Amino acid sequence: MEQNTNKVGKHSAPQQVQGESFFRRLLKKPGVQSFLAALLCIVIGLVVGYIVLLAIEPSGASKAIGAVLKNFLARRSSALRMKQFANTLVKTAPLIMCSLSILFAYKTGLFNIGAAGQYVLGAGAALYCALGLELPWYVCLLAAAAAGALLGCISGALKAYCNVNEVISCIMLNWISLYAVNSVLKDFCPVGYKDTFTLVSRNSSALLPSLGLNKVFGSESATIAIPMAVIIAIIIWVVLEKTKFGYEIKATGLNRNAAKYCGMREKRNIILTMFIAGALAGIAAAMMFLSGFMEWDINQSSVPAMGFNGIAAAFLGGLNPIGAIFSSYFIQHITDGGSSLDTRLYPTQISDLISSLIIYLCGFVLFFKLRMNAHIDGRTKKQTAKAEPAALGAETKEEQNR
Amino acid sequence: MMLLIQYTLVFSSVLLLVALGGCFSERSGIINIGLEGIMVIGALGGVMVLHNLSPQLPGIVILLLTVAASIAAGMIYSLLLAVASINFRADQTLVGTAMNMLGLALATVIAKAYNIATTSGVDNSARIAFVENKKALALVEGTEFNWFMVFAFAALVIGWVVLYKTRFGLRLMACGEHPQAADSVGINVKKMRYSGVLISGAVGGLGGIAYVTAGVSMCNFEVGVAGFGFLALAVMIFGQWKPLRIAIAALLFGFFRALANVYSGFDFLTALNIPKPVYNMLPYIISLIVLAFTSKKSLAPKAEGIPYDKGSR
Repeated sequence: MEQNTNKVGKHSAPQQVQGESFFRRLLKKPGVQSFLAALLCIVIGLVVGYIVLLAIEPSGASKAIGAVLKNFLARRSSALRMKQFANTLVKTAPLIMCSLSILFAYKTGLFNIGAAGQYVLGAGAALYCALGLELPWYVCLLAAAAAGALLGCISGALKAYCNVNEVISCIMLNWISLYAVNSVLKDFCPVGYKDTFTLVSRNSSALLPSLGLNKVFGSESATIAIPMAVIIAIIIWVVLEKTKFGYEIKATGLNRNAAKYCGMREKRNIILTMFIAGALAGIAAAMMFLSGFMEWDINQSSVPAMGFNGIAAAFLGGLNPIGAIFSSYFIQHITDGGSSLDTRLYPTQISDLISSLIIYLCGFVLFFKLRMNAHIDGRTKKQTAKAEPAALGAETKEEQNR
Repeated sequence: MMLLIQYTLVFSSVLLLVALGGCFSERSGIINIGLEGIMVIGALGGVMVLHNLSPQLPGIVILLLTVAASIAAGMIYSLLLAVASINFRADQTLVGTAMNMLGLALATVIAKAYNIATTSGVDNSARIAFVENKKALALVEGTEFNWFMVFAFAALVIGWVVLYKTRFGLRLMACGEHPQAADSVGINVKKMRYSGVLISGAVGGLGGIAYVTAGVSMCNFEVGVAGFGFLALAVMIFGQWKPLRIAIAALLFGFFRALANVYSGFDFLTALNIPKPVYNMLPYIISLIVLAFTSKKSLAPKAEGIPYDKGSR
């Protein structure tokens, strides 16, 4: 694509003199800049990951980074490839939801690191409804959304009315919900096991319907969660870009006082945003645990990484809901690729390392964009300044040549 | 009872160290959400040294080398925050969060790679033991009283003096309140903010090794430091960015954290029949309640979190 734009740039040389070339105009688009920045973050992240692998054991490093990047493509038969691809997608769906949760809150200027805790509480609610109350899947899904939303509301209200830094209140709630969910779900484990009962064995009506997706992928865990996540991402995009509420929350994020001055109820908006963000993270948990892909481990001593990976996906996707779909897939792709590494040679956490490095690099994106814009503007200015003398100069040169 | 006092002091000293680190960073104008990651990396540095030193060495040498490694690791790691937020005007919350995740991932990878390399693939866990050398850290042998309590107290005294009684400290605080004004009288804001972040890295790393060696002789890096970096931030906010108040807050939080470890030793507490998870949740719940009441009239440094821009007024 870049080659094409280059060509166009050359052909439209006369235009370039008058104003900005097509290539430069393209580069000035925020979407293109976000894409380039994301690409740069990924490349640097992968290079550092590769260097770490080299440092650990040089002989297999190329193969290992290949395995991380290939993920399911490295499987031998096409059926296995399809199954592994499905497994990646099953985990991508909740990741998309978590990243939506984070980017939605970020539009109001809130850093919803509590997506992890909202995910945990959502999982607790979904599994309690499924295993304890034996309810059908849609009730479990709603319960998960409600639980997440409630937790989000607490952080939002604390921020709006008590000025509590949402990052810290979210972290506290993460740990509180982890301990709470572990102790509640303790009653739903087979004797002597640390995992909860499978939904198939206890209440198969709580499994998300698959609508034939399981046949397509050859994996029982492929459910409507996958298309649902994509549809919700599109809805979130519409809400943010095309509705009054979306405009208000973005305005609140840019300048809380200005929004208040314009008659927007900024406190209500903060709480409502956290409500929606929490619900999204809650649904993420329902998508994970109602697909029958995995059970809740009541002994886990740290908050599941899903919510934190959502931060990576949200920022890598340029804080755009549609971008989040692709970035979530990428993050899950390399995470699953990492788990296929030979654990006798390499730690599987190498992909966590790469994705956290990518988040770190996302911090530089704003600076990158500023610099890029300044550079383009500078070049354009220089050329327009040169243009007139150059036109004169060209004539004299031609004369001399004769 | 003795055990409760011991654990209260253990956890309080960790919280005090890390919260003081956070205080220095925020007083200079940089929000340090990445303390958790700094703790993990500091712990990694210290544990690696502690694991590898020969137990024949005198205790004081082992202690000093371990502490030096933790401090160095924490400081180097905190440079990630300093460079991104001071030179590149990055979002400090984002970078801090990334550092927490990166710290955990990096420590796990290094610990696992180390185990894999030393046992040629047999042991691929992220656990590193320091059974023999742990004695060097104890102040009174056989108890949980350790040298880190002394360091924490020293850090408190030095921190207070530096912050309020030296030219450096007053300048540092000026950069967190009004960097433009500070710059106009010739204070190098970048340098001050770098010092603030590096100090937080140093004490944060020390807090990390103090946490992972408390009560155990093996460290599993996959678990990290269980939100202690964030508890320390809560302590700092409750302490209103003032060293002495931070010390009191650290004692309070340390007490509740210790309760979760030792409540079964008290007859009247076991008689209440409160489930263990409630004790585990207690420090977090209390910090939420405390924050709800104290954040409204917070004395946070005015310019914290805002990248310094010479052009703006």
